[in-house]
Order: sequence, then structure tokens, then C-alpha cells
Amino acid sequence: MGKQIVKLTVNGEEHELLAEPRELLIHVLREKLNITGPHVGCETSHCGACTVDMNGRSVKSCTVFAAQADGAEITTVEGLGTPDNLHVLQEMFKEHHGLQCGFCTPGMITRAHRLLQENPNPTEEEVRFGMAGNICRCTGYQNIVKSILAAAAELNAAREAAQ
Amino acid sequence: MNDMTPEREDRVANLKGMGCARKRVEDARFTQGKGNYIDDLKLPGMLHGDFVRSPYAHARVLSIDTEAALALPGVIAVLTAKDLEPLNLHWMPTLAGDKQMVLADGKVLFQGQEVAFVVATDRYVAADAVELVEVEYEDLPVIVDPFESLKSDIVLREDLAGQTSGAHGPRKHHNHIFTWEVGDKDTTEAVIDDAEVVAEESMYYHRTHPCPLEPCGAVASMDKVNGKLTIHGTFQAPHVVRTVASLLSGIEEHNIRVISPDIGGGFGNKVGVYPGYVCSIVASIVTGKPVKWIEDRMENLMSTAFARDYWMKGRISATKDGKITGLHCHVTADHGAFDACADPTKFPAGFMNICTGSYDIPTAYLAVDGVYTNKAPGGVSYRCSFRVTEAVYFIERMIEVLAIELNMDAAELRRINFIRKDQFPYQSALGWEYDSGDYHTAWDKALKAVDYEGLRREQADRVAAFRRGETRTLMGIGLSFFTEIVGAGPVKNCDILGMGMFDSCEVRIHPTGSAIARLGTISQGQGHATTFAQILATEIGIPADSITIEEGDTDTAPYGLGTYGSRSTPVAGAATAMAGRKIRAKAQMIAAYLLEVHDDDVEFDVDRFVVKGAPERFKTMADIAYAAYNQAIPGVEPGLEAVSYYDPPNMTYPFGAYVCIMDIDVDTGVTDIRRFYALDDCGTRINPMVIEGQIHGGLTEALAVVLGQEIAYDDMGNVKTGTLMDFFLPTAWEVPTYETDHTVTPSPHHPIGAKGVGESPHVGGVPCFSNAVHDAFRPFGLRHSNMPHDHWRIWKTANGLGLHG
Ligand code: FES
Ligand code: FES
Repeated sequence: MGKQIVKLTVNGEEHELLAEPRELLIHVLREKLNITGPHVGCETSHCGACTVDMNGRSVKSCTVFAAQADGAEITTVEGLGTPDNLHVLQEMFKEHHGLQCGFCTPGMITRAHRLLQENPNPTEEEVRFGMAGNICRCTGYQNIVKSILAAAAELNAAREAAQ
Repeated sequence: MNDMTPEREDRVANLKGMGCARKRVEDARFTQGKGNYIDDLKLPGMLHGDFVRSPYAHARVLSIDTEAALALPGVIAVLTAKDLEPLNLHWMPTLAGDKQMVLADGKVLFQGQEVAFVVATDRYVAADAVELVEVEYEDLPVIVDPFESLKSDIVLREDLAGQTSGAHGPRKHHNHIFTWEVGDKDTTEAVIDDAEVVAEESMYYHRTHPCPLEPCGAVASMDKVNGKLTIHGTFQAPHVVRTVASLLSGIEEHNIRVISPDIGGGFGNKVGVYPGYVCSIVASIVTGKPVKWIEDRMENLMSTAFARDYWMKGRISATKDGKITGLHCHVTADHGAFDACADPTKFPAGFMNICTGSYDIPTAYLAVDGVYTNKAPGGVSYRCSFRVTEAVYFIERMIEVLAIELNMDAAELRRINFIRKDQFPYQSALGWEYDSGDYHTAWDKALKAVDYEGLRREQADRVAAFRRGETRTLMGIGLSFFTEIVGAGPVKNCDILGMGMFDSCEVRIHPTGSAIARLGTISQGQGHATTFAQILATEIGIPADSITIEEGDTDTAPYGLGTYGSRSTPVAGAATAMAGRKIRAKAQMIAAYLLEVHDDDVEFDVDRFVVKGAPERFKTMADIAYAAYNQAIPGVEPGLEAVSYYDPPNMTYPFGAYVCIMDIDVDTGVTDIRRFYALDDCGTRINPMVIEGQIHGGLTEALAVVLGQEIAYDDMGNVKTGTLMDFFLPTAWEVPTYETDHTVTPSPHHPIGAKGVGESPHVGGVPCFSNAVHDAFRPFGLRHSNMPHDHWRIWKTANGLGLHG
């Protein structure tokens, strides 16, 4: 199968690589770019472990061909914060015990990050609905919802303070 | 010495020891995408393995043609049973005393069974090659019903032909595996036959699957230069895997290193030894390269580790006023094609004999018949101790049915039959010694918290309104009271493949007063690195933040039996405390030497040893650690280390009281959980935050099992629920907010009184959700309906009761 050149900007860094037309974005990220935050839990778009942000939308990278992402701007959990300066969502997931085994966490946080831009002040219901594409087998979601609501509150407070 | 001066309080707080909601140390890496799961591992030159699997549930394998696959560029090898046979690895022993095909040897016995293992340079090439392997099958009649299996002339396991007894005694039929009996059959039957009131019920606890978010996988790497085999994998019991790998391969155990990296959830799925592990090891030995095998979700659901599949028939007897006199239970257990249940050796049906529950039942009898069918092997404990979910579901449904028979309130029926506080330690009719409990207090607290009387009034109003045609929504009040049995277990009666079920901890204090502890267990999300450090902090007075916890590397960690069945806290937690106490004993001698007093004249106080009666004279643990390495202390070896192998004297028996309030739309069968209250008593609480997290998670897995999660087969043995499209995993949208509560009844025999909690919510949650559904329809004559209670089945129940007009 002929390979083609794919250009991606991932977490602010530009990459140019060769990929087979059938190669999935999740595999390019994980295997070729060593970005292993996004995980594979199903490969059928159900679990959300592979969620990344692509051109400002949450996508499940297990069902996007790398070729479809050509030219895209992609953010994964690795691009949200740094060890010395975690993203508020990362802080809040730690603070409110929003994770256990951690396998869903990168997808959860990446999705929540987009959700809070779509809806900066969500109700609990809206968080539950907005996160319904991401499955967690460990936490029962209660503390995930709590973490996201707490992050929304922090972000809003920071925004207000800045105004 | 126990005055809580502010200064002392600060020292206690600084330790972040037991009882504090310490934030998890694991979370930094997980929230930043820096976890280290099996599929993240890449070794130089690593190859990828993938399985050719059987599309048939029962068929003869006539031929396997690997030529086209081998011709594909990038394909290195294709293994079949023929290749494994010379190594004697085409079959492997199971944990249950049976054996299982690693690769199809002459026939296949379930859909999805492993037939050939393709090894290629890349996972895409491996997948292509799987398609190119030509297998010729001749299909055979399929049996998916265990009752039919016991009557059938068809011999499923031809390899066992003529064997009239197996690992657990006589076999009654060629598709029968074992009969396991506990209790007094004759007396129980006599009591029930003569009883004033008897309730009978048959119930099916359907087949389901633990389905952790991360599937199973392994990377095997044979270093031919040094003769060392390293196996990374999703193992809930890495040390046992090393022993098994050594016994199977003939490689000496010291030349095998097993490493469990971060594990993305286990829930029982990752206890067993699967063909994928064996094939990646063989492939690595054959090719001399590291070989990775990662199953996909469909393979996970179809081939590794189902749970439940118990057909249970019960009879329970009582006096007219509701005092239970006897319990009889018979189970037909569908074990699939091979008996690969993950239970301690002497317990082929796990701890199903905890089925007398939380009640003082004087006479009981249990018999379990294990049966082969054309379904996947497994039989793991999905978020419960061995078969305890089945047992608790059984008794909690029997109680409800008995309440109907007696025309009595089910909460009251439970209350009058609870084992009383003064009866502990309590000997159950089926052979267990319950360590401690205070069931009445827990029950009263739970019923009061939800205003049980008020709920019953509301429900009566709702039923009246329904009958008047004013509403189409019914209300169910689900109750459950459970007793778990966890912490396997005393070595004298619990082993896995002959390995006694102790566990271990090794502690090493560094000269500057920080420490590392290594355990025989392995976290899959339970937060061991956080909580075990808390136990140790309290025991040795070194802050939890200064203690590293390591697990999962057999080269460095002491031997242990692993993490499942809620055994980590009861067994490894105890080993941790005991190792800590050994450290403390030596520290006491060092402190006395430094303070120039007799050993008995110093005592431990939070983070130091003080001279009795003179608290201003002390040595902190940091001082003592330093001295252990830099001073020659007469009669004391240098260094400060300890190891403990803990063989628990008994299991622990956590318990709890749950109430679920559910609204059900009679016309659509849609359920809405309005409220869920969970009171848990897990003895001493190490980290309340972690405990609550475990409860939320376990309840959600219970909700899943009750409301829709199922591994279903059609008559041809095709798996109907092999993807997440059909296999129900609840999302945030379907899950309620839970209320948690607790009482504390420490275990009297455990060094810190802790009982374990990870699985209680699942065990108690399943009957609670199910009872809520039943309770909603009780006024209309429903006695029992089988799970899963999905919308369609609830609609059918309502329809069957004539509620659709
Ligand atoms: S792996 Fe992409 S949604 Fe599950
Ligand atoms: S934390 Fe384990 S799947 Fe979410």
C-alpha cells in the first residue's frame, strides 16, 4: 500500500510523516510520535479512551485515519499542562479523586477541556451529557463530574478576576 | 502519652497516615498522560502477535494452511498447536485443575477460540496475515445450555473421554466437571420439608464480563545471550505468572522476570493465564525478539474471563413469624469449554457457601454442579471475592421471595434474622467463621437515613395512583444487606496452583529517614502507592510522602499472590503493618541506645521514641534511621529493614446496607434511579476518599450488570454481545449520584482492623438494584424475573403482569 505524507501539528509541534492510507490517527500518535496519553479501549468509537482535540473539536482518534487529519491541529492530554504548571482540569482530577486506574483519564480530561470551551458554565446534567462519549470503568463518574464542575468554577473565577 | 497537644496533632497530620483522605500519588502521571500501560511499552526490534480465531463454537479443525500468510512481507512466523506440541505447550493447566488448549488441537470448543498465532513486524501486517491463514473446519453440533449438555450424547471434551473423575471428584457425565457439596443435606431437607413456611425460587445469574477499559496484553522478551526471559503484562498476580511460566517452559524461575506495569483496571479479568501470554512467550523464544500481544475489545469479551453464569435453585424455610430455619441451594454452573475458573484450589465454586448471607440460618446445604458447554472459559470473580456476588444475590433474592410468602416487610424480615452482634465470631452452617459485625446498627442507620417508613407510604400512594390511572410510573424500594468474605486466605485452606495465599511486604528505611516498601500485590487503580504508604506511616512514624511503594516486579518485590478478591488490604495490608512493627521494634532498641536508657524505658509516639515520663527526651525516626547506618550499636545489626510474609488467621467479613429508590415507566420499561444510599462497614478505614471512590465504581459496575450488561450467545454459540455496541457499559449519563455512609466494626484478627472494600459495593449493589425492580412490581404479583433488567425485559415483565391494559 502506498504511503502518503501527513502533516500534523500536535501539541504545538509540527510533524511530517509517512502513513499508510488505512493507518489510524491513534496509531500514528502512539507508535510514530510516542504520544501515549491517548489510549485504545475499543477501536469502535465507544469508549473515548482515544479522545483528542482536532481542529477545536473532540474526536475519537481510533476512528480517524491519519490521512484525514492531514494539516490538522491536534491537542492531546500531554499538551494541556506541564509538570510544573498543570492544567486546572488536571489539578481538579487529582484533588477530587477523579481517576483510579487512569486509563480513561487522558481521554476524559481532553474531552472535558473541550466541553468547558463549548459550555464554560455547565450544570451537572450538562457535564454528564457532554461526557457521555467517554467511558470509565472505575470511578462511577461521580468524582469525574465533581472534578469537571470544580474546574469550571476555577476557570470562571480566574476569568472574572482577569476582567 | 496520648494528649493531643497542638504540636502533637501537627506531627500526626504531617504523617498523612491511616484515616486521612490523602491525595493519590499515582495521579500526577495519569493526569498528564504519562502512565505506563502495557501497550505503551516498546522494545527494540519488537514484533507483534495476533490470533486467528475460530468462527465456530464447536468444530473439528481439519487443516490449517499458513503458506499465504507466511508469504506476506513482514510475517515472521505462524504458530499452530503442531508447533507448540514438541514443547508440550499446546495445552496448559488451568487454575481450576483442568487443562485448556493454548491453540486449537484437533477441534475448537467455543467461538473466538485461539487457532493460530501470527507474528509480524507490525500490527497491521499481523492483522492482514490473520486473514490469510486458511483453516478448514467441519462444524459439530453446538451446546450452549448446561442442562442440555448434561443430557447430551455429544462429548465436548474428547480429551477427557473415559475419565470418570476430575480435580474435584467424580464426574457424573462426559460433560460434567464436578459436584461440590457443603453442609448437611439430610437435616436441611428434613427441616425444610417440615417447615411452617417454605419459599422456592429458581434464578439465573447471567453470564457477563469484567471488561476493564484496558484489554489484556503482554510483551515477552527472551534474551538468548543471558538466558533471561522478561514478561511484561496485565497480570493481577505477577508472581504466580512467573511460577507458572517456569513450570510450563522449563526455564528456571530465577531466569524469569515478570513485570506488571500500570494496569488499566482488572476487576478479575487479569487474574487468569491466557493463550496470548503463552504464545507471546513461545514466539519470543522462537524468534529471539520481543513479541507484543494486545487483545482488542472483541477478543476480550469473547475469549478472556467471563463471570457468573450460575443457574441457582433455592428453597428457604421459616416459622410463621419469619424466623428462618433452613436454606437449600443447588447451582448448575456453566463453565464453558474448559474449567478455567479462578478460585482457590479447594473451592471449585469459590466461596459460594457464603450464601447464608448475613442471617443466622441454623441449617443449610449447597451443591454446585460444574458443566462444560461450547462457551468461552473463565469464571472469574468480577469485582467480588470468589463467587460471592452470586451467593449474595441468591440469598438477597430468597429473602425477598420469602417476605412475599410470609406477606411481611422485607426490611423487617432481614432484621429478625440478622446474626446478632453478640454472636460473633459466628460459625455459619456452611462452614465459615464470620469475624465481626454489627448488622442491626448498620441496618437501622440505613433505614433511618432514607426514611424507610416514609418511602413505603409514598410507594403505597403511588400504587394507588397507578391503579386509579393517574400515573404510569411505579416506584421500587430496593434493599440489600450483604456480608462479603474477602482476604483469601489462610494458607491452610487457600492456595492457587499449590501456592499458599499469603502476601508480603518488604520495607527498607533509608539513612536520611525516607523509605521504600515493596509488596507482593499489584494495583489496578486501587491506589496502593497511596494507601499502603499510609499504613506504614502510622506504623513507623515516617511521613507517607517520604515512602515509595513498589509492586509488580518479581525481581524486586517479595513473593505474593496478587490483587483480586479484595485481598490486598486484608493480606498485604496486614503484611505491611507487620513489617512496620518489626522496623519499630528494632528502632526502639536503637533509640534506647541513643538515649542511654533501657529498651523498655522508651515508647513510640507518632514519629519518635520518647523516654517514658520525659517526653522532652526523644529520638525521631529520622534520627534513628541515620543511626542505624552510621553507628556501631552493640548487639544490633546495621541497617533498618524488615520483611513480613503474612498468613491471615481468617478471612475478613466486610458488610453493608444499601437502599435504592427507582422509578420505572411501565410503558417503556425505562428505569430511573432516584436515590442510592450505601452504608459500608469495611472495618478500620485507611483512606476515606479512596474508599468512597471504590464504592462509586463498584456500584456502577453493579448497575451495569443488573440493567443490561450480558455476554449472550445464540443457539449456534455465536457471541451476540461482542462489542461495546451491544455490551452495556454505563456512561456518566446513566449513572446516579450515590450517597455513601459507614459504620466501623474493625476485624478483630487483622493487625490494623481493616477488612477490604473494593468489591463490597458490587456484591451488595447487584441485589439492591435488582430488588428495586422487583419491589416496584411486587404489588402486582411479581415474585422473580431474571436479570439483566433492561428496558425490553422490564417492559415484558410489566406486560406479563397485565399492566398494559
Ligand atoms: S478506542 Fe477510540 S473510542 Fe474506544
Ligand atoms: S479510571 Fe479506570 S477507567 Fe476510568
